[in-house]
Amino acid sequence: MWKLLQIELFKIFKRPRTYISFGAIAAMILIIQLGLKFDGKSYLQLLMSGISDSFYVPYEMILNGYLVAFVILNTLLIQVPLLIALVAGDVVAGEANMGTLRLLVTKPISRAELMLAKFFASVLYTVLLLIWMAILALFLSMLFFGTNDMLIVRNDVMEQIGRNDVLWRYIAAFGYASVALSTVAALAFLLSVFAENSIGPIVATISIVVVLTILSEMKIPLYDNTVKPYLFTSHMLAWKGFFYSKANSNGQAISGSVENLPAILRSLGILLTYMAGFVTAAVVVFRKKDILS
Amino acid sequence: MSSVIKVSHLSKCFGDLVAVDDLSFSVNKGDVYGFLGQNGAGKSTTIRMMLTLIEPSEGDIEIFGMKLHSHRKEILKKTGAVIERPDLYKYLTAYENISLFAKMSGLSISGKKLMEQLDQVGLADRAHSKVKTYSLGMKQRLGIAVALVNDPQLIILDEPTNGLDPQGIADVRNLVLHLSKNQGRTVFVSSHLLSEVELVANRMLIIDHGKKMVEGNVLELFSTAEMVVELQTSDADKTLTSLSGSVWEKYFNGRQRDTLLFKMDKKDIPDFNRFLVGKGEGVLLIRPVHSLEDYFLSLTSNNRHVEAFTN
Repeated sequence: MWKLLQIELFKIFKRPRTYISFGAIAAMILIIQLGLKFDGKSYLQLLMSGISDSFYVPYEMILNGYLVAFVILNTLLIQVPLLIALVAGDVVAGEANMGTLRLLVTKPISRAELMLAKFFASVLYTVLLLIWMAILALFLSMLFFGTNDMLIVRNDVMEQIGRNDVLWRYIAAFGYASVALSTVAALAFLLSVFAENSIGPIVATISIVVVLTILSEMKIPLYDNTVKPYLFTSHMLAWKGFFYSKANSNGQAISGSVENLPAILRSLGILLTYMAGFVTAAVVVFRKKDILS
Repeated sequence: MSSVIKVSHLSKCFGDLVAVDDLSFSVNKGDVYGFLGQNGAGKSTTIRMMLTLIEPSEGDIEIFGMKLHSHRKEILKKTGAVIERPDLYKYLTAYENISLFAKMSGLSISGKKLMEQLDQVGLADRAHSKVKTYSLGMKQRLGIAVALVNDPQLIILDEPTNGLDPQGIADVRNLVLHLSKNQGRTVFVSSHLLSEVELVANRMLIIDHGKKMVEGNVLELFSTAEMVVELQTSDADKTLTSLSGSVWEKYFNGRQRDTLLFKMDKKDIPDFNRFLVGKGEGVLLIRPVHSLEDYFLSLTSNNRHVEAFTN
């Protein structure tokens, strides 16, 4: 299996299109960082317009690497699934389109092994993309903007996290985002099994994610308890929960605490269940599939 | 003679379409086995079933004495294949492609050995060029090198000369003969061109609409077939006059400009030649042509289309 995984990774990273995602992420992050570097105060004033009348807001202190990384993640973690679909949607359908799938299936390896190697390669690609994102969004921002306490505005309430209590939250958030985005990769992977051209699964994955995200974000009471809890897209942004601390009696954030860890873990479980379901379905379908490409 | 491939009552349906219909045949060790049929006759579907790409609707396939569905890995370890087009990873080099497929076959082959494999098909000097820069003939040769990388006892080639130029076709033909005669491998080669198969195969099977039409030794099938003999002399009109009233007149089958066509048994050609020389005809050329082609067409249902086209 390890050998197969190496082969799949070799193929992924030998393709020029793989690097489009890395380039796109670098470009988007640098644009945001440049914007905030030169006009970050205006952005924060807009963001905190609800509370700046009541409180003194020390913008210079707030605009640090941790907050910039948070802004970047909020912006990009909605777009990154599209980049993930670009590779994961191609992983089987692309081979069918090239005609190499029939050669792979005639090698002395089981179809299930082949599929699992391909899926794990897609997951590794996703994780590497997130590591790249973390390096640029977090560490580069820390370098450009310095570090300080992190302020989060939630429901017009400002929460302050001590500078020594931030980094682990980012590591946890990136870990969670890896699972969330791997779920998208699993969906693209499943759709890829049905197609003989990668355009179909890529567009279908993006469409499904967009439609379900809209549904997840809609404020319609009818959907709140009946539909939303069961959509994987409703759980993809639960990484933010790592930045919401419990408060003590004085209203101060408790260092090392997470306000609702069970909710995050429940969301994680739902994403893992979806991922396992998508991958199992992909393997079952592929094992029975007639390779006609 | 032990059977390397034994196919029994194999069928495959795609919805209402019966692509392969109750097909049975066997291939012996060391055979170059020609698998013939028109386009759409069911050749590729049969080959895909033999390589586990397609699940049969009915029937059994045994290769190396093992059931394919229960011993897939063991069988594929000893089998190499080129299926229709030589599709490989175009963004990788030839060396990277062959190395990748060697690893997928569970082999750990040295770089030197891989280069030898590429050298065998004349690609050593382009080993580190990307496949997207290759001609179709080079891709086909690389496809064959990939098929041979696991040193297979059975090689399955599906239309290996499609799209190749005459030199490419000759190269593939020579390679097939080399693999069989010098290396003792069993080669199963499909084609819709009979002339191609008759040059390399010792046994053959003809299918049409998924059904077996005939199977047997090529020489035997060849000898039972009535041949078309092409004759060119210095004066075709005079030759026809000489033939008039002779025993050979009844074999005359038509004329294409200066070429006279006869239908006769292969063994009668020397006597026919002696007769012509005896009559003082200047024989420029006498040769059997398209013999099996006619035989093939007489067996398959597209015959009438060819006749209509010829007329």
